[in-house]
Amino acid sequence: MQEYFLLFMGAMFVNNIVLAQYLGNCPFIGTSKESGVAVGMGGAVVFVAVMAAAITWLVQRYILLPFGLDYLQTLAFILVIASLVQFVEMFLKKMIPALYKSLGIFLPLITTNCAVMGIALICQREEMDLLTTVLFAFASGMGFMIALILLAGIREKLAVRRLPMAMRGTPIGLVLAGLMSLAFFAFKGMI
Amino acid sequence: MNRLWKEFSKGLWKELPPFKLVLGLCPVLAVTNTANNGLGMGMAVIAVLTLSNFVVSLLRKLIPPKVRIACFIAISATLVVAVELLMQAFSYPLYQQLGIFVPLIVVNCIILGRSEAFAYKNPPLLAVADGLGMGIGFTLSLTFLGSLREVLGAGTLFGVAVMGDWFVPLKIMVQAPGAFICLGVLLALMTYAENVQRKRKGLAAVQGATHDCGSCGGCANVAKSQ
Repeated sequence: MQEYFLLFMGAMFVNNIVLAQYLGNCPFIGTSKESGVAVGMGGAVVFVAVMAAAITWLVQRYILLPFGLDYLQTLAFILVIASLVQFVEMFLKKMIPALYKSLGIFLPLITTNCAVMGIALICQREEMDLLTTVLFAFASGMGFMIALILLAGIREKLAVRRLPMAMRGTPIGLVLAGLMSLAFFAFKGMI
Repeated sequence: MNRLWKEFSKGLWKELPPFKLVLGLCPVLAVTNTANNGLGMGMAVIAVLTLSNFVVSLLRKLIPPKVRIACFIAISATLVVAVELLMQAFSYPLYQQLGIFVPLIVVNCIILGRSEAFAYKNPPLLAVADGLGMGIGFTLSLTFLGSLREVLGAGTLFGVAVMGDWFVPLKIMVQAPGAFICLGVLLALMTYAENVQRKRKGLAAVQGATHDCGSCGGCANVAKSQ
């Protein structure tokens, strides 16, 4: 039990997917201007990352490895993720319209979100089992969501401040992300 | 000829991918802890981008518009697999250094964005010029950022010590916070320089380069096509 807890905390805070592993930076900077949008995007990433990690794990284990096709991992994973996103979108639209309304517009953007594919790849490289994979994907997704919501909160406050013209927009977002990443360094002593 | 040069050179400054369009941030931040890694990543991106632009442009009449994004992804993923295998065969240390960022070239916005915004609408020769220009611009930016971080963070450049003994390396620059702050400050400086120029011409100052997924052809169009 304890090792799962450590894995969870480690993936969420210590090795935060955005702030320490450099994954998913485009949506991190791009969708952190309003906290409402940040929550939607974060939720969509958690949802898709968990499903994608589980399915790619099964694909790797039961299709690619038995047939000796593991060099096609990249191609197989991206196709699985792209079709999964498409499928999830259609499913949500039909079955859970309320959820679709809040996550819908972010789902297509996730195909090219390297956090999702990155999580799936890390799980394979670390040779995790299925349960660990799902847990790791969930924790990493939550880490992404936390970082995104925090940054959005700060940027909303900054939007009404007077900043030097050249710093407005993305530059200040990046500097803030750097400071947050510095703050997240403190979690390193935790585990 | 003129047109070719125009398409090639726009990637070198006017639409410099990571700095002006703020695209494909993950590799820009992740692999620029040394100049060498930045250069290696850039080379891989040049290969994939030029070839994917070429292939997409050749097939542009055959790819149905409705499933074009899936086709682009399949094409670029195939090329990435090829690059991955070549790197494993010929430069294994670099392959290990770059880690999961080699397969992640597939989801780099620049590749998909250029296929969508340029290669799908233009003949092969122009598409190759565009891909090559964007790729070289990307490589130069990565190498520059990598050099800057390596010099500040380790006191070396391409592994050779360049700073004197007095220099205390700022370890933070080769780690994650340094990546974000360095890129942020660089972007701000570029905008500042542009604003000084605009002021001289009597134009109003502009805000820094903005990243939203709108500037990424691929993502924006995936969103629109739904």
